[in-house]
Amino acid sequence: MTYAADVGALARKDLLLELRARDTLPAMLLFVVATFVVFHFALPAHSSQLAASGLLWVAILFTALLGLGRAFVPEREQRVLDGLVLAPCDRSAIWLAKSIATLAFLAAAELVALPVFALFFHGLGGATVAGVVLADLGICAVGTFLGAMAVVTRARDLLLPLLFLPLAIPIVVGGVGASVAGSPGRYLGFLGLYDVLFAVLCWASFEYVVTE
Amino acid sequence: MIRARQLGKRFGEKRALRGVDLDVARGAFAVVTGPNGSGKTTLLRLCAGLALPTEGELEVDVPRAAVGYLAHEPLVYRELTALENLDLYGRLYHVPERRERIGMLLERFGLWEVRHDRVASYSRGMTQRLALCRVLLHGPELLVLDEPYTALDAAGAELLDAQLTELRGAQTVLVSTHDPARLAPFATQELALA
Repeated sequence: MTYAADVGALARKDLLLELRARDTLPAMLLFVVATFVVFHFALPAHSSQLAASGLLWVAILFTALLGLGRAFVPEREQRVLDGLVLAPCDRSAIWLAKSIATLAFLAAAELVALPVFALFFHGLGGATVAGVVLADLGICAVGTFLGAMAVVTRARDLLLPLLFLPLAIPIVVGGVGASVAGSPGRYLGFLGLYDVLFAVLCWASFEYVVTE
Repeated sequence: MIRARQLGKRFGEKRALRGVDLDVARGAFAVVTGPNGSGKTTLLRLCAGLALPTEGELEVDVPRAAVGYLAHEPLVYRELTALENLDLYGRLYHVPERRERIGMLLERFGLWEVRHDRVASYSRGMTQRLALCRVLLHGPELLVLDEPYTALDAAGAELLDAQLTELRGAQTVLVSTHDPARLAPFATQELALA
């Protein structure tokens, strides 16, 4: 219960910060919608479903990257991460709370983006939506972990994409597979396995990321 | 409470601290002095548990929950109010009677009237007062204070003096300063870093 309360307090703080500053979610929304609008006109009129699915997953990935890049900015500006690390709560609570907040921003952006995609391209199947939900979990778990690693370096803006994109390749493989395959079950299972594996890894090793 | 032997810290090739021996007994008031770059902040970060030594030994006989660390930065969120910042830390430290304790500290450090204002609107001195509230919120056994008088005006400095007088002997204090004369009335020991 204490752990859940710590995560709740930290996640609430992140949501409150975004409510005040409004510098992450609007940027994510604008980016993802603009991407779909641009590709709606850029892709040939009868482009395949495969191409449109690929576009969807690339757009989701880069929208998430936008949010992940901002995730630890409030902590970096005043070195508040030191204050959180000193608190007696389990340090993984910082990662989990930040992942939950980032997931909330990404989900909010997708609530607008997915209908826009369906309108501009080939519609959306249930398997694609399930794939997006599973992919979001993995993206936020891994991305938040890497964001915490990158934020203490000078080349943070460069480092996060360099670390994150290779690790996100399985998400794209699973996501596109779930969107276009006849039987998406095994791709959804693959995404679920990715989520569990990386969530456990990030949860267990976050402490070492935030200790000098 | 703190015992260090040949304590050192490297950041890659750069050596930030080396060969420090230190014994701070429970209830002591230890003042750390030294020129810029001598390793005062690094020593304090090590003692607070924010960094791990790369050389020597360090024992700090107090749990993380009982350490209060005042850094160069206030470690508070600029977009949150004083009340929201202290409430967050109060929850994370599981402070009993959190609201009453927060109210008492804000009153003491003259921030009660601006408790609903965002920290971004505070002066540097007010932010430092808020940082002191944060440090004292959970009643720490060990206080690690890095240049605590920074940015405080005369009234703020007097408030801090009064607070340190109250703490003297009751809590262990490790404090770095460029002005040892200011802390001379409280100090029980001094460590000069070269």
